[in-house]
Amino acid sequence: MNLFGIVFRSLRQHALSTVVTAASVALAGGLLLTVWVAKSQSQATFTGVNAGFDAVLGARGSKLQLVLNAIFHLEASPGNVAWSDFLDVQKNPSVELAVPLAVGDNYRGYRLVGTTSDLFDKAQYAPRKKFTLSSGEWFDPTRREAVVGDFVARKMNLKPGDTFHPFHGLIFDEKNQHAETYVVVGVLKPSNTPADRVIWIPLAGIQRMSGHDPKAATDVSAVLVKLKAGSALAGFQLDMMYNKQGNRLTFAWPIGSVMAGLFDKIGWFDLVLTLVAWLVALVASASILASIYNSMNERRRELAILRALGARRSIVFAAIVLEAATISALGVVGGFGIYAALMSGVAGILRAQVGVVLNPFAFHPVMLWSPAAFIGLGALAGIVPAVKAYRTDVAHNLAPVS
Amino acid sequence: MNVFNPPNAPLNHDLQVKKPDPFLLRITGLEKSFRAPDGARHRIVEVPEFALAANDEFALAGESGSGKTTFLNLIAGILRADAGTIQLDGAAVSSFSESERDRFRATTIGYIFQTFNLLQGYTCLENVLLGMSFGAGADRAFAEALLKRVGLGNRLKHYPRQLSSGQQQRVAVARALANKPKLVLADEPTGNLDHKNASESLKLIREACRESSAAFLVVSHDREVLAQFERVGDFHKINRAFAAETAP
Repeated sequence: MNLFGIVFRSLRQHALSTVVTAASVALAGGLLLTVWVAKSQSQATFTGVNAGFDAVLGARGSKLQLVLNAIFHLEASPGNVAWSDFLDVQKNPSVELAVPLAVGDNYRGYRLVGTTSDLFDKAQYAPRKKFTLSSGEWFDPTRREAVVGDFVARKMNLKPGDTFHPFHGLIFDEKNQHAETYVVVGVLKPSNTPADRVIWIPLAGIQRMSGHDPKAATDVSAVLVKLKAGSALAGFQLDMMYNKQGNRLTFAWPIGSVMAGLFDKIGWFDLVLTLVAWLVALVASASILASIYNSMNERRRELAILRALGARRSIVFAAIVLEAATISALGVVGGFGIYAALMSGVAGILRAQVGVVLNPFAFHPVMLWSPAAFIGLGALAGIVPAVKAYRTDVAHNLAPVS
Repeated sequence: MNVFNPPNAPLNHDLQVKKPDPFLLRITGLEKSFRAPDGARHRIVEVPEFALAANDEFALAGESGSGKTTFLNLIAGILRADAGTIQLDGAAVSSFSESERDRFRATTIGYIFQTFNLLQGYTCLENVLLGMSFGAGADRAFAEALLKRVGLGNRLKHYPRQLSSGQQQRVAVARALANKPKLVLADEPTGNLDHKNASESLKLIREACRESSAAFLVVSHDREVLAQFERVGDFHKINRAFAAETAP
């Protein structure tokens, strides 16, 4: 029987405290992994999502609000852009594609976004990836037809042929139902982008919806802008033109930088979460220490017997440290389970709320160093009880207990 | 010169016996003291001379508190002597470092305790395997054979709590013999057993030691146990520390 056999039997003998302590490590490990991976993946995803465009042109206001509204379909539009402004940017020689968007209505909380067929015909939401349909056909820009994002279709059980009445505003209120009836003509294939949680209708549908201001019937909420390849300078020039020289519109460029700015602003929150996760890890390690240390009184006799059978002090010491490290290792394994559950939950919420897709099973370096750190912390926590075991008075503890 | 009793002789009838030759165990000038809570040092063991031949069998008689267990622990290397020498199987055990004594104990000595001292989280077989683990290494077939030998071949996977006291003692016997020791020490081995079990257990230990060619040194205060041995020593007389403490 080797050291591992001795450790295994000790863990088996103290199964309850082993499980409870390992569970606390698992919780800490799962939390740490989730915080780290969610932070990292969401930052990468949010700064990477751009719907295939380089910039967003919108009313004067916050670039972040503009990007959240036009790319992530969150937040309200900061205002309207005149149709002439859309035409101007569309004609700019540096612009490869300009797609107008109009928002202002919803269907039971899911945003209706008016746009032109260019979004589906010409735009690539990711390199070499265009939107495609899983069923039905694209909408006719002259009719009250809708193409539904995959997530909305599943949530609202919408399929081609179904009809619905839009509701006014971006927040669902039953009292604000529009009279118009829209027919679902197509359902998008999942794109794992915010487009999945939107109902796409013709631009004119939003512009001319009953109850909307007729004066703004040609305005749009934002324009998605794709610059021609190698036109970084053009982006800079448009940025100067709209943001520095003009005062009516905002040109949010590049989209990734705008989102990165958001993460910079909430960097302290990441730090707090990470600190909390590490604190939990320390508490879990302390629980290993306390668990084994507290059991030392009842274990003294066992240790004395091991010593009487010829186990050296170093073996007893190593057995306790290895036991602590093993509890940590068991916790780490459980931690991956908790991580998978937590991260799936976080990913599900993000997908439902924002349309951004996180992959809980994608590799991240934290998945290597965090288990190593936890096992190391566990082994360190085992040193104090191991010293106690090392000092066990063999003769005294072998004596019969009356 | 140490003191022995002839077969079936009254305990207090000391008799000079010729020193066995060759000796497996030879002790000279052994001393051990402990510090009492009041700070004073109390000498527990003071054995000028003691010897035991290979394959020998010897019982030490003594009351509780006479230093018998300390004496065995010194021989086993669990305790370090303050003075004196212990030669066992040609090795100067008393000059060994603690880890050397541990290793020596693991390979040379079997120890049977009054309370059996089986590990409760280990099965019978695992307890016996543990007795080998720190010496030559675990030999499952030999461990199983030992348990069969002590009549527990059908209890290999039982835990100590699932066994009677007599059965537990038999596991302890198998464990003590697991490392093929030269010397088996037994400290009140029948103290926790009823009369019938005590008698059977002692018989088993002695037989097993003979079969294993191991010398056997037992300490006990139980006259019925002592009566079974041809040679019995009065520990009160061997241990001068006790004699001095109880002198008028």
